[in-house]
Amino acid sequence: MSSSHQLSHKRSAKADTDSINQKQGSRQSIGETAWTVISGLCLVIALIPLFLVIIYVVIKGINRLDVAAFTELPPPPLADEGGGFANALIGTLVMVAIGALISVPFGVMAAIYLSEFSSKKIAKWIRFATNILSGVPSILIGVFIYGLLVLTNVTGYSAIAGGTALAVLMLPIIVRTTDESLQIVPRQVRWASVGLGASRYETVLRVVLPAALPAIATGLTLAVARAAGETAPLIFTALFAQFWTFNPADPFSSLFSPIASLSVLVYNFAAVPYKNQQELAWAASLILVAIVLLTSILSRWATRNRIY
Amino acid sequence: MTDNSTEQSTDQKSIQELANYPDSYSENDETVFRAENINIYYGDFLAVRDVNMEIPARKVTAFIGPSGCGKSTLIRCLNRLNDLIEGFCLEGRMFYHDQNLYADEVDPVEVRRRIGMVFQQPNPFPKSIYNNVAYGIRVTGKKDADMDEVVERSLQRAALWDEVKDKLGANGLSLSGGQQQRLCIARAIATNPDVVLMDEPCSSLDPISTLKIEELIRDLSEEYTIVIVTHNMQQATRVSDITAFFNAQANEEGKRSGYLVEYGPTEHIFNSPQQEATQNYVSGQFG
Repeated sequence: MSSSHQLSHKRSAKADTDSINQKQGSRQSIGETAWTVISGLCLVIALIPLFLVIIYVVIKGINRLDVAAFTELPPPPLADEGGGFANALIGTLVMVAIGALISVPFGVMAAIYLSEFSSKKIAKWIRFATNILSGVPSILIGVFIYGLLVLTNVTGYSAIAGGTALAVLMLPIIVRTTDESLQIVPRQVRWASVGLGASRYETVLRVVLPAALPAIATGLTLAVARAAGETAPLIFTALFAQFWTFNPADPFSSLFSPIASLSVLVYNFAAVPYKNQQELAWAASLILVAIVLLTSILSRWATRNRIY
Repeated sequence: MTDNSTEQSTDQKSIQELANYPDSYSENDETVFRAENINIYYGDFLAVRDVNMEIPARKVTAFIGPSGCGKSTLIRCLNRLNDLIEGFCLEGRMFYHDQNLYADEVDPVEVRRRIGMVFQQPNPFPKSIYNNVAYGIRVTGKKDADMDEVVERSLQRAALWDEVKDKLGANGLSLSGGQQQRLCIARAIATNPDVVLMDEPCSSLDPISTLKIEELIRDLSEEYTIVIVTHNMQQATRVSDITAFFNAQANEEGKRSGYLVEYGPTEHIFNSPQQEATQNYVSGQFG
């Protein structure tokens, strides 16, 4: 009796192991393979433009990336060689700095209000509005600042106007990423702080912000990277300059004159028939791509030990 | 005695019951909280209704009951933490000693400095162990406190000192779950509160950590008034002096509101409850 019981037990165990073996050619396994291949292929196709752009820009731009590029002024159209984009590089840095100086405090504070102090209903509408603003084409932002600051002669074509346009562009990105970073901090941690007799603003300053800081830093660097590469908002606002218009000895008043930027330099020089200027445009493009890559890596590094 | 515990007589009735058990409670005991006709709403939703009860000083009072019976909602009323939840609204009066906690002149921040809280999930701040414990003192702005001494005393009181004394600079989140919860208790008692509220403090811990926390609760009850929410009935019998049993009842629209069925000395609630609902719950027959 007991041996027959064991036998039947063994047989059923064997049947089980058979049934878990892979079956070639079943409908399910073909589907599995097909979907894996199709989605994998789409991934490769999606990545092709990224690699082509990087490779092409590197090949075209690397030759011209010499010391002169970083130290000299843009060459006149007929100069066969030489020249650089030193003023454009400084211009981009100055305008991104102005943009960040305006948008970071406003954006971060607005996000803190949104995430920590506003009612759900208000927050919903502000988030909606921020999404709309981030969807506004950047050229419209340029035209808006043109109408607001340039046409009215408040600043005229200037670094200030360009920086303000970049600030408007960065604002929704900063608000949204900061808001999201704050939302990730668990409600329980806020409650713990409030439960210990901290006020809501102490809770935000002492617990929530420090906990969210790595994620906020990521958002800020991404906003900076985005602004550094923008052309459209600058064409109407900062214009361009072949010469040094930013004078470190008198930084304040030089902010009110037109200023060069890398992106507008690329835009101007890419469409001209002069080889030297074209090459310079490639080199400037390479710098812009490098800025984006660098900031992305930087933001990865900043969040390497994120808390939540 | 009627089966309907929501009648207004609950309060007097329960006090009479308590009077029969002088061992664990007498009318001379100081009352820390007194709830009078408490109704709690979230928006239009009535979460808890008709609560009348008293919570004595330096005893462990346990809130038990099925999910959705409002025990966590009620405990968060005791330190006005529900103020943070949008749509929260309280009717009736909740006295802390002689002061109605929900009177206009009361500053909820001051309330929370006197009434500490430990939560279901261990929630240390992403700061060092030292700074976690020091946090409460720092936000109260007490400059004269000897912080090192407060930190050591609080961690010792929470039975964590020996495990962390050599790594006070380590992040609070690097500790195990049970250690984190004891850190949260140390953090709560560092400001020397009058009351410690605990909302299912062991529900995410393993049995050994749970045992440690329970010992700690017994130990702390000599100094502090403790209110603990638990869905573990054995835990209530192990740690509490007084037990309040809550149940939930659906209204016509199918929304469940919690209410206090009965409360009294723990022994009495578990061994000879007056209400059938309590009897069913503590004996494991639900509904």
